[in-house]
Amino acid sequence: MELKTIENLAKLARIHINDETLAETAKSITEVLALVGQLQAADTDNIQPMAHPLDAVQRLREDVVTETDQHASFQAIAPATENNLYLVPKVIG
Amino acid sequence: MEWETVIGLEVHVQLATKTKIFSAASTAFGAEANTQACAIDLAMPGTLPVANKQAFHYAVMFGLAIDAEIGKRSVFERKNYFYPDLPKGYQTTQLALPIVGPGHIDIELDGGEQKRVRIHHAHLEEDAGKSLHENFQGMSGIDLNRAGTPLIEVVSEPDMRSSEEAVAFARKLHSIVTSIGICDGAMSQGSMRFDVNISVRPKGQEKLGTRTETKNLNSYRFMEACIAQEVARQIDCLEKGEEIRQETRLYDGDTHKAKPMRSKEEANDYRYFPCPDLLPVVIDDDFIAAARAALPELLDARSARFESDYGLSAYDAGILCTDHPTANFFEATAKSCDDAKLSANWLMGDVSAKLNAEEKKLADSPISPEQLGGLIARIKDNTITTKIAKQVFEFMWAGEGDADAIIESKGLKPTGSGDLEKMVDEIIANNAKQVANYQAADESKRPKMLGFFVGQVMKASKGQANPQQLNQLLKAKLDG
Repeated sequence: MELKTIENLAKLARIHINDETLAETAKSITEVLALVGQLQAADTDNIQPMAHPLDAVQRLREDVVTETDQHASFQAIAPATENNLYLVPKVIG
Repeated sequence: MEWETVIGLEVHVQLATKTKIFSAASTAFGAEANTQACAIDLAMPGTLPVANKQAFHYAVMFGLAIDAEIGKRSVFERKNYFYPDLPKGYQTTQLALPIVGPGHIDIELDGGEQKRVRIHHAHLEEDAGKSLHENFQGMSGIDLNRAGTPLIEVVSEPDMRSSEEAVAFARKLHSIVTSIGICDGAMSQGSMRFDVNISVRPKGQEKLGTRTETKNLNSYRFMEACIAQEVARQIDCLEKGEEIRQETRLYDGDTHKAKPMRSKEEANDYRYFPCPDLLPVVIDDDFIAAARAALPELLDARSARFESDYGLSAYDAGILCTDHPTANFFEATAKSCDDAKLSANWLMGDVSAKLNAEEKKLADSPISPEQLGGLIARIKDNTITTKIAKQVFEFMWAGEGDADAIIESKGLKPTGSGDLEKMVDEIIANNAKQVANYQAADESKRPKMLGFFVGQVMKASKGQANPQQLNQLLKAKLDG
């Protein structure tokens, strides 16, 4: 696994990997990929991918409002709010 | 070089459910920020989604309306990306097994030509919240009321060749989802949002050019402007020998310009995988039958019925079937006066002109279908002329009552037959020379000469004589 790929993956996953741990991480992931390689050797032709480990079907809910406004309790544990809004670091400059 | 434009659309349609797709929080528009975002919508730890039956019902109705295959087994997947208005860090959506499979939508182009646009599929997914970028202590504000609102994303094949076709498709899709009642169609509130995929290629070339995607269009006007700009930009690039970069562009409704948002190289790898919190959804035949039963007559079918049942032209039927309220108004009018052709003419003519002039919708018409039918009935039974009917129509529009009452109170009743005969006699007596000329003239020249007498009587009756009656009377008297 190339270091550049690891850096890109880290960026997409919003994980900080510093230069010291980069090589170590690359090594670990390469080992995991070897395991994946082993799994991929299995013949899966004509086998439908599994969507869920349980052989069950989703129950559907009736379209009725039962949730009540709880924003006060939710916002009490938010780092910052204003005018009912949750505040986050600026996303567009 | 001659270039061909190739357009495909991805349309997000908000479903008119009362609750979110995975929680029982309300979806009503316009509530105070975050008062309709529950623990599930906020992705609080330990919560689990429960899928909304009505969202599937609506999605299946849409599938049936566009003649699509229904995905009897559909699977939700997680589309992973980070943005503050997506609290879970992934959007729950469908990918490999969507609820609606391939279908098609027929659009009408200028000149009456029809074109079939293929639908690749439509899938169910959740909407994100809204980010407000005004300055809140140097931060962005997040309103999660919209988070979890059910959407179907309708993905077309790249079958459109101009902005006109793209807009015609968008309008048709809007008409379908609103007429079957699965979306309120309020574009200004974001109920329908368009992403446009655009590429150009030399005319005659099979291979598609590199495409760009412009997101965030919520009006037909923006869509038209955006396509024109993007096509010009791409052709300009190619003619200068440059390559088109595959990228996502964001349209800004304030500046009317699209800016690159991200290129393919920086594109997110969404790392889709089946959502372990949701089981596959299996739709049975009864569920599909119930959705089919809930479908109203589709506008295309209604238009075809108007042609066969009422003998209307395809053009007229198409206009009257722009939406169900117009078609309903027409049918109610035609029923009350028993004249489909006149009903169609009055609705598309005088009523529509009045509505346009006053920037009103048909729903705001001060005249009911029954009132319009009442007016047409008086034209049909020759009580009034079309000319007089237009005056009556004005009074009716101003709220002065039904046609019969107006004809009576305004003295618009045509000259009675006794009065008319007296007038005809008078005109004949006072124009001996013209009468002599007429009677001496050849049979073939008489109809034209009759016009003189008709004009005189009309003048005397102040335009209220019934022309048919007058013609008969004059001919009888003059031809002897």
